[in-house]
Amino acid sequence: MVTQLAKPTQLVQSGSNPGQILDNIFIWITRLFAFSIALILVLITIEVGTEAIPAIQTFGLSFIFQQSWDPVRDNYGVLPMIYGTMMTSFVALLLAIPIGVSSAIFLSEDFLPVSFRTVLVFLVELLAAIPSVVYGLWGIFVLIPLIRPLSEWLHQTLGWIPFFGTSPGGPGLLPAGLVVTIMILPTITAISRDALTSLPPELRQASIGLGATRWETIIRVLLPAAFSGIVGAIMLALGRAMGETMAVTMLIGNSNNINVSLFAPGNTISSLLANQFAEASGLQVSALMYAGLILFALTLFVNIAAQWVVGKIQKF
Amino acid sequence: MYLSQKSSDRRSLLNKVLTVVAGAFVVIALIPLLAVLTYVLIQGFGSLSLDLFTQLPPPPMVKGGGIANAIVGTLLMVGLASLISVPIGVGAAIFLAEFSHPIVGRWVRFATNVLNGVPSIILGVFVYGALVYTTKTFSAYAGAVALSILMLPTIIRTADEALKIVPQEIRWAALGVGAAKYQTVLMIVVPAAIPTIITGVTLAIARAAGETAPLIFTALFTQFWPNSLTQPTPSLAVLVFNFATVPFKNQQQLAWAASLILVLLVLTTSVISRFALRRKTF
Repeated sequence: MVTQLAKPTQLVQSGSNPGQILDNIFIWITRLFAFSIALILVLITIEVGTEAIPAIQTFGLSFIFQQSWDPVRDNYGVLPMIYGTMMTSFVALLLAIPIGVSSAIFLSEDFLPVSFRTVLVFLVELLAAIPSVVYGLWGIFVLIPLIRPLSEWLHQTLGWIPFFGTSPGGPGLLPAGLVVTIMILPTITAISRDALTSLPPELRQASIGLGATRWETIIRVLLPAAFSGIVGAIMLALGRAMGETMAVTMLIGNSNNINVSLFAPGNTISSLLANQFAEASGLQVSALMYAGLILFALTLFVNIAAQWVVGKIQKF
Repeated sequence: MYLSQKSSDRRSLLNKVLTVVAGAFVVIALIPLLAVLTYVLIQGFGSLSLDLFTQLPPPPMVKGGGIANAIVGTLLMVGLASLISVPIGVGAAIFLAEFSHPIVGRWVRFATNVLNGVPSIILGVFVYGALVYTTKTFSAYAGAVALSILMLPTIIRTADEALKIVPQEIRWAALGVGAAKYQTVLMIVVPAAIPTIITGVTLAIARAAGETAPLIFTALFTQFWPNSLTQPTPSLAVLVFNFATVPFKNQQQLAWAASLILVLLVLTTSVISRFALRRKTF
């Protein structure tokens, strides 16, 4: 289907008439454009990699395990930011997986009339369209004040758990994690739903025919069958969560310390970049590039793995 | 089913409970959308005025002023980014759908998906290293290049899909009457797919207009009018970021107004593309 255009004409057109020369030029231009996508990925790797070399030479791998980020003494480490990135992603996945997967189930079954379901699917997808910076603005003025009573309560009753150990006050890992939850929900829901709706109808018919209830069918038959698609959805969501920048930067408090408490301010790699790049100079730029390289490698790994998992199911 | 199962049956009770729980999760998923939209609409419309579209941002504590320079800056950079990404994106999609070997096509599509997953801040870092660091100045074109990379995957994917569903017969018909390949593609196939391609481009533009991370250290921001492509350039998205984190009420209100513009842009393009794409696939 794809190459049919290229082949038959070669029989008809002979030699080097002007049409064929133009054809070849045209095909080469489009090929160049297509390969430029791969080229961009390579260029990003080279550019960020070479700019990071001074920092890599100075700090080596200890960059990852060191806790201080000190532009005055030119001493840099990104452990707190890696921790913050992992923690916000973890909180977000913890909340978004149950909500997202059950939404996907609810919206792939015929619980509701088709027209109403289509509207709901569209609304969930719309969550992904709202700009990150708008979520950040909303988070500052609505979400943070809104969750304060709940956080206070958690701190007072469950304060012995390290995660609730500090008294809540404004920005921190929790509000950042909550906003990331909202932002990755549509990814999980949409791709899980695709995986569920593309299952062969025979599976369901067989299960119902054997006397299973609808939810027994869903839990014992449909979810296991769609498992790899759902895992792919979660991995793509993880990639998004780790790279999410603006909303997190506005809500996490940007403190370069590790604090186990979810109520304490923290930092992520992406918000470190967002905050410091514009004013950085010298070795700091290189250290930021190194941090960016780590984030790039992490998201690249997660994304490629997710593509691989999702690609396996999309061959239906 | 109704005949055989008693409604007090434990299994069917569990069935109902799970249905209610799953339904409740859908509601929970949609609460943030409604909350964000209503809050942005209320706050944003409250600070709408004509000045918004004609005046420069005011200093802290000074009443009035607008976000006109940011609107111009966003239009400028998104426009430039489209000029770069639309030809490249549509060209790449033409190669994928019309000329590529299946294996090559699979790798290019894979690369497109991977590029789509690269965090937008990394695109900013890349362009900072490639254009800002080397030219020693933040600039509109650096911002535009970052946005154009961001737009590419969306454009390629929708254009690729659009070209693939154009019936094979019209290609044969065109070639049969003696058209060259480039003529067939440019004058027959692409025009047939153009509504969907435009939809994809519109979605990409709406997404780019709201993106902040690739701009904060490529285009930076300025309180003044953008008067050259080689100077720091304001944008709506960066304006929201800057003014959200200041303690001044008047600037916060401008942030809400700018958010309203971005959200309305995204809403209208999403709704329109929804209808356009649905009609096209059938």
